[in-house]
Amino acid sequence: MTRSRKFIAGGAVIAAALAYMIYAGVTQSAVYFVTPAELRAAAVPGKAYRLGGMVLPGSLTWEPRSLDLSFTLSDGTAVVPVRHKGTPPDLFGEGRGAVVEGSWNAEGYFKATLIMAKHSEEYKAPHDATQTGYQELIKTLKGESAREAGR
Amino acid sequence: VIADVGYGMTVVAFILAIYGGVAAAVGARTGRAALVESAQHAALGVFVLITACFALLTYAFLTFDFSVRYVASNTNLGTPFYYRITGVWGALEGSIILWSWMLGLFTLIVVLRHRETARELYPWALATMLTILAFFLLVMTVAAPPFQRQSPVPADGRGLNPLLEDTGMITHPVALYLGFTGFTVPFAFATAALITGRVGDSWLVLTRRWSIVAWYFLSLGLLIGGWWSYHVLGWGGYWAWDPVENAAFMPWLTGTAFLHSVMIQERRRMLKLWNISLVILTFALTLFGTFLTRSGVIASVHAFTQGSIGMLFLAFLALVVLASLVSIAWRWDALRSTGELDSVVSRESAFLLNNVLLIAAAFTVFFGTVFPLLSEAVRGVKVSVGAPFFNQVNVPLFLSLVFLMGVGPLIAWRRASLENLKRNFLWPVALGVVAAAVAFALGMRSSLAVLAFATTVFVAATIGVDFVRATRARRRVGERLLPAMGGLLRRHNRRYGGFVVHLGILLIVLGVTGSHAWSVQTEKTLQRGETAELAGYRFRFDGLTAVEESNHFKVVGAFTVSNGRALDVLRPAKKFYPQEQTPIAYVDYRLGLTEDVYLVLGEFTRDGAQATVKVQVNRLVSWIWIGGVVLTLGALLAILPDRRRPA
Repeated sequence: MTRSRKFIAGGAVIAAALAYMIYAGVTQSAVYFVTPAELRAAAVPGKAYRLGGMVLPGSLTWEPRSLDLSFTLSDGTAVVPVRHKGTPPDLFGEGRGAVVEGSWNAEGYFKATLIMAKHSEEYKAPHDATQTGYQELIKTLKGESAREAGR
Repeated sequence: VIADVGYGMTVVAFILAIYGGVAAAVGARTGRAALVESAQHAALGVFVLITACFALLTYAFLTFDFSVRYVASNTNLGTPFYYRITGVWGALEGSIILWSWMLGLFTLIVVLRHRETARELYPWALATMLTILAFFLLVMTVAAPPFQRQSPVPADGRGLNPLLEDTGMITHPVALYLGFTGFTVPFAFATAALITGRVGDSWLVLTRRWSIVAWYFLSLGLLIGGWWSYHVLGWGGYWAWDPVENAAFMPWLTGTAFLHSVMIQERRRMLKLWNISLVILTFALTLFGTFLTRSGVIASVHAFTQGSIGMLFLAFLALVVLASLVSIAWRWDALRSTGELDSVVSRESAFLLNNVLLIAAAFTVFFGTVFPLLSEAVRGVKVSVGAPFFNQVNVPLFLSLVFLMGVGPLIAWRRASLENLKRNFLWPVALGVVAAAVAFALGMRSSLAVLAFATTVFVAATIGVDFVRATRARRRVGERLLPAMGGLLRRHNRRYGGFVVHLGILLIVLGVTGSHAWSVQTEKTLQRGETAELAGYRFRFDGLTAVEESNHFKVVGAFTVSNGRALDVLRPAKKFYPQEQTPIAYVDYRLGLTEDVYLVLGEFTRDGAQATVKVQVNRLVSWIWIGGVVLTLGALLAILPDRRRPA
């Protein structure tokens, strides 16, 4: 094998290894973004989801001693009960947008491992819970990958 | 009034920058020195105008001039003096001014430094810099004008984002932007090289120090960003693979590749095309980062105000990339390599591999960051990949890079003989193996951590071997120990500056490894007087107090930390700002060389009898910041004026 062939072969090996690592990384850590309605329509237990919606007013409960947090996320058409263990993060509250990461539990609730609330330099309060308000919210949340405040 | 004057100055500066760019280009093309000189005056004028804009905006902040919309939305009567100044670049519009100001400053330095020394390349470089400056001034005029009138004038402003009320926020954007704008200079000279066809070494030699400075500030910006994240955001980490972080990390990776590959061109006249492409890529990535974070296509923590600015950056980015590709094609023949690689086992190969791995890492970061866009475009579903993806793919790449950091500087050029390999690497490899064994014996079980630790020791040993050997050589000709070492550093400052930077990186690797492998955390709700335990520490909750500050009030918890004996009282708090609906955590910590104790106050009862607290013991994190200091020293050493006389 000539020298330049060796280098080309080496480059091909590295490229193939990288492609494989990226492929494996994506398949293992892909997280699907869904709205409550989409999750309700086709929830696969155990699959990783990122669920975005508005915390329904009156649904939030928190038990300080056991750190059990539960609330309901809504997109205006469907609701999903969510449970989490830990302190509610900053910027999290009823009537506000939140994105949670976790999986659907066969017992009928979403088990969140991570709650993300939005940090931004000019935070604007979500609109009242009208349909259009929800839609705008979902639109902003869809692109969301806020600082994981719940880690 | 301020808004109108400021806006007027911006427009004039924009026109002047355009004029200067055209004049410099025409002057370069026709060889009319008078035109180039006129462009220099324009550059000076632009810089003075941007400085005036900057000063005017600062004045508006200091005097609470809420008739300027930007002032009203980023400060209020309670904002402390200090943060009224940093608030100037606290949001998008102001940060663009800061960026343009630095670009103007660098343009001026280019004029002063290179006017006489680089007669052929300089006018074109000046034209390029002024064109880029004109783009930023265009952004300041149409897309993100800082000087916009607000009427009716509000009685009070909205206030600065509380998260930005921190010393890290003064230095973080400044360092980062110095890095971004710094890479504009090598890019401008590379463009000049392509236009004039002088694609040899002269542009590299001219901009060598610029590249190091830009790279250093970019590194510093990233590190300060990490520090800010660690001590302000309260999640206990310093890096989250957030799109904004990635946006700054990608040019760092390609810039690092560039710093290394230029050495091969200097030494072996190879990789001309590669080097030009790398510097273009690095510059393009600084624009891409701004596009990514400002356009809202991928939202992130920083989620700045959106608007037309993203599209403007995308258009400019497309223009830059297209123009670069065309000029590369045009100069294709001149860019072809003259040298050839002699052997797979050589310094050239090690550097080449280093470059390939850095580019692979940059690509991985790029891919992961835009993955949600890709998946939506291709499959119609929004899928994102998070930190696990970035870690999984990048850790092997970075470990290999660290390993190469030990190999590259010592292995022979052209072709390394077995003798050369033995002489340089026998001891370091042995030490690395011993380190791995010791780590394992001490109970380190994570194979990645053991590998990272062993590699770090190996690289440190190669640096030690080199330094000891070179010192001995000087001792043999009669120098005493300290002068021998000092002379070595001074005379081969680039080489040893690089080594010191490598040591800094090793410390950072150590800190990252340690914090990932051994940090622990827990979350507890405590009654007053109750104690929680973690990793040998005891935390006693002593109660809450409320404190009034100028623009917010905060509830402060007191926690006595002890490990057998009382160590400290930590006071994490929650800050309540009138303009924010929810409180913001204010962490407290006790930093240490081996571990940090880190407390975040959670929910609490109003009577102060009960509070929830998140406790973390983060291992070795301090070494990341210490590594940053070492890196600074190394970069300083590397840019000292060359004192080596030709032999």
